[in-house]
Amino acid sequence: MHTNRKTAKRTAFKGGRRLIKYLKLFGIFFKIGAFTLGGGYAMLPLIQNEIVEKNNWIKEDEFLELLAMAQSAPGPIAVNVAVFVGYKIGGLPGTIITSLGTVLPSFLIILLIAMYFKDIRSNSYVEGFFKGIKPALAALIAVPAIKMAKKNKSGAVGTIVSLLSLYLVAVLNISPVWIILAAAIGAILIK
Amino acid sequence: MMIYLELFLSFFKVGLFGFGGGYAMLPLIKQEIVDAPHLWLTIEQFADIVAISQMTPGPIAINSATFVGYTVTGNILGSATATLGVCIPPFIIMLILSKFYFKFKESKYSEKVFYILKPAVVGLIGAAAISLVNKSNFIDYVSIILFAAMFIGAMKKIDPIKLILAAGAAGIIIYG
Repeated sequence: MHTNRKTAKRTAFKGGRRLIKYLKLFGIFFKIGAFTLGGGYAMLPLIQNEIVEKNNWIKEDEFLELLAMAQSAPGPIAVNVAVFVGYKIGGLPGTIITSLGTVLPSFLIILLIAMYFKDIRSNSYVEGFFKGIKPALAALIAVPAIKMAKKNKSGAVGTIVSLLSLYLVAVLNISPVWIILAAAIGAILIK
Repeated sequence: MMIYLELFLSFFKVGLFGFGGGYAMLPLIKQEIVDAPHLWLTIEQFADIVAISQMTPGPIAINSATFVGYTVTGNILGSATATLGVCIPPFIIMLILSKFYFKFKESKYSEKVFYILKPAVVGLIGAAAISLVNKSNFIDYVSIILFAAMFIGAMKKIDPIKLILAAGAAGIIIYG
């Protein structure tokens, strides 16, 4: 009887701790969703700060691997990243929580705009805000790229592959999906 | 009732076949909501959504799903249906990919693949940054100053959300 109560207590404790973790996870991804302005890659610095550095939920190495997968799957990159991180941290419930967290801010904001503020585009404050953050986003995405390039663990091959993929996408406008596929197939073919 | 099913299926298709994320998905989204048979939005309304998406957080596919869902049905349920439709395919596919990843990540095979894949992704992130350095984002010398300030801030590991808010506040003061 006594042990039973103890186990029950422990289970309740575990459940409580899990609930807190899920709430935290939801809060963080809601924040990430709310600040992913200007395309999926804008969430990278946020993910890196919240998930990799502050909470150590995934390693930096895993972060690159997850991006490779997020980029090769269809759909919005933000959702794909959220699913992976959620799965790693909390299994299937984790993926549902992180996906909801990522999607809800944009869902709510667009809903408000569709309902009440269709003329938000001509609001000079909103316009000013975005004129300010657009050059900032370029910097916020460039910095993790530079830091990761410095930590390259694939030697000279890695440097060449990075530069080649940068050139193909930035200059020749080739879709990142092809880069991922070519890199994966190339890695298998070359020993 | 039919309209909800149509919304769901259309955006399901966008979620399933929209490779590359973001603007790479635009032609597919346009095809589903502007072109026949749906004709849900005019091309001008579609251009509006793209512009609004640039001024709101979140993926453009989600933004257009939410917006179109509301515009077509006039209620939140329409928004939710379309948004759910666009999210389900990537959700399922990424779930399967994640499962495989954690199962095989220690294998020699995946080590070999990621040895090349990781530096390729670093290049992709660099390209994403470079693609934002264009005339519509860098409008004057203030943009360059903001870029430099945020670059230094990010190198010093300041919380990116604080940096975004600071840049936005500067934008409101200078341009607003």
